[in-house]
Amino acid sequence: MGINWFKYASPASFYPLAGRMIPWFVWAAVVLGAVGLYISFFVAPTDYKQGEGYRIIFVHVPASWMSMWIYFVMACWAMVGFVFRTRLSHMMAKSLAPTGALMAFLALWTGAFWGKPMWGTYWVWDARITSELVLLFLYLGYIALESSIEDADRAARASGLLAIVGVVNLPIIYFSVVWWNTLHQGASIRIDKGEVTMATSMLIGMLIMTLAFWAYSVAVSLVRVRSEILEREQNAEWVAEMFAREGGHSG
Amino acid sequence: MLEAISLTCTRGDKTLFKELSFQLPEGQLLYLRGHNGAGKTTLLRAVCGLTLPRSGEIHWERQNIRDLGEEYHRHLHYLGHFNGLKDSLTGLENVRFLAAMHGDRIADAKISDAFYQMGVEHCQDLPVKVLSQGQKRRIALARLICSRAKFWILDEPFTALDSDAVALLLEVIRAHVEQGGMVLLTTHQEVALDRSQVNEIFLGKR
Amino acid sequence: MFSAFSTVLLRDLVLAVRNQADVLTTVFFFIIVVSLFPLGVGPQIETLRSIAAGVVWVAALLATMLSLGRMFLYDFLDGTLEQILLAPQPLAIVVLGKVAAHWLVSGVPLVLISPLLGLQFGLSGEAIGLLMLSLLLGTPVLSLVGAIGAALTLGLRAGGVLISLLVLPLFVPVLIFGSGVVEAANTPGGAGANFSILGAGLVLAVVFAPMATAAALRISMD
Repeated sequence: MGINWFKYASPASFYPLAGRMIPWFVWAAVVLGAVGLYISFFVAPTDYKQGEGYRIIFVHVPASWMSMWIYFVMACWAMVGFVFRTRLSHMMAKSLAPTGALMAFLALWTGAFWGKPMWGTYWVWDARITSELVLLFLYLGYIALESSIEDADRAARASGLLAIVGVVNLPIIYFSVVWWNTLHQGASIRIDKGEVTMATSMLIGMLIMTLAFWAYSVAVSLVRVRSEILEREQNAEWVAEMFAREGGHSG
Repeated sequence: MLEAISLTCTRGDKTLFKELSFQLPEGQLLYLRGHNGAGKTTLLRAVCGLTLPRSGEIHWERQNIRDLGEEYHRHLHYLGHFNGLKDSLTGLENVRFLAAMHGDRIADAKISDAFYQMGVEHCQDLPVKVLSQGQKRRIALARLICSRAKFWILDEPFTALDSDAVALLLEVIRAHVEQGGMVLLTTHQEVALDRSQVNEIFLGKR
Repeated sequence: MFSAFSTVLLRDLVLAVRNQADVLTTVFFFIIVVSLFPLGVGPQIETLRSIAAGVVWVAALLATMLSLGRMFLYDFLDGTLEQILLAPQPLAIVVLGKVAAHWLVSGVPLVLISPLLGLQFGLSGEAIGLLMLSLLLGTPVLSLVGAIGAALTLGLRAGGVLISLLVLPLFVPVLIFGSGVVEAANTPGGAGANFSILGAGLVLAVVFAPMATAAALRISMD
């Protein structure tokens, strides 16, 4: 594409780029979210088995997918940071974590609200929900470790290593929980898309909501990484110049 | 020969030194001077390979120490703020363990000699936890004497030593340099060497 | 290379013998946790028998998590770890030696005591045998993977609690397959699959965990 990617590995050049990208993603999130919600509430048909309550999957499933995708991306950024020794990559990983944790929590919470009307209980030990819980712990562990280490470079590398170890273990953890769940099929509860006969409109609704969540995640992470850049580079010349130019308002 | 090429080290977001280059050939002693907090210990640890510099390279015999990996460690002996001794082991057990880790087959007799030389021969079979700071330091120095490493990296080695031990260590360092060894050292003491064998780096503002 | 492994292993074993308090704490904690369960759950032998494997395994997990903190901490505090990092030995091998010592001192006792606890919970001889074997295969994995957490949190104030949070997700598969052996034995498939998976996990952990731990140590000692 002719872009020198390494140019953008410098916080100084990435900062304005991120600033320009944010509004696009915010708009994308708002538009996609509006469309997705409209579809989920008004277009998708009532499920003959589960009534209106099932509509929560339009939040639950996208949140769940995003929680896993974000963790993967986070680990990738950590990997890039180790291989190329770019500080910005680690900053990107750090910025993604809170959103990923939020997605995991959202998936768990909406899963609870789905479970209640269906099976009369807020918590079920379904394979995916249980794996989601473990994923939330992985996120919390990452965030806790990163914030416990004072030196920013060391914190980035330690938490980056943890993220990589975690992402390698994620399939193993998921596999083990699925195994455990099928072994104890006595209470066979599965919050699976399969339980809801999938109309095309439902599928489209879920995909659009997923994209909306993705756009939101990107926007929020870019905002976070910009604030991280400012904090880490506060003594750098380009920061001082930027503030002088813009009279104190950041772009 | 050790060569540092354009080393930049940061601690947190503070740059300690930028694009520092120097050489340390055989048979030379390099004093590292600077105020507290100027980054002397960081530089020493970077030369050891413990700390990763922000940028720059360190070469041993013209090879990057990153490429040499643990083989580089065979040539060096680092004595930092800690003595590196386990409280529950005796003086002799400690030195034996560290020598074994360094891949040195050193006869017990030779270790005993070193203990004797440093005046702690009675500490050989005592658990380190009953010893004083000065005695522990002397044991660490006894270990230094036994070491076959060519390159010594010493961070304030004279701490907790009385004047006898100081004189002893000065002599040991001098002898090491005379025999073609290399020493990188932070200290306020002066080793009795010819000016051609000595060099100096100053970190931070004078 | 093997001598680095055995040198470190022997040293750590000698240190464990001379500082027994740490070792005994782990074992007693294990016994206490398991023994408290009937008091909390009720003495009906049927209930106890059905939760026995799970309880023993969870207690083993907790006892191991408790002991992880000191794997590298003392060496870190007295500067020995620094010297070890500066030794011309592959760090992963040295780590393997330390983990082996940790397992011999903290894991094996749990394996050996588990039959007594199994009896407390009314397990049959065969079930106890399966449980012991699962612990024998699983506890080394706990030590190997736990070492990564211990290395990452070296010198941090929140160390102990933080290690638990970090390694907990990684322990989940071991817990699931380990505690599942007793119940699996009653199924047509038997517990063979559990043991195969535990064995495979052990091999993978032996190969990869020391490298991750070595990387973590270098980061923490930077």
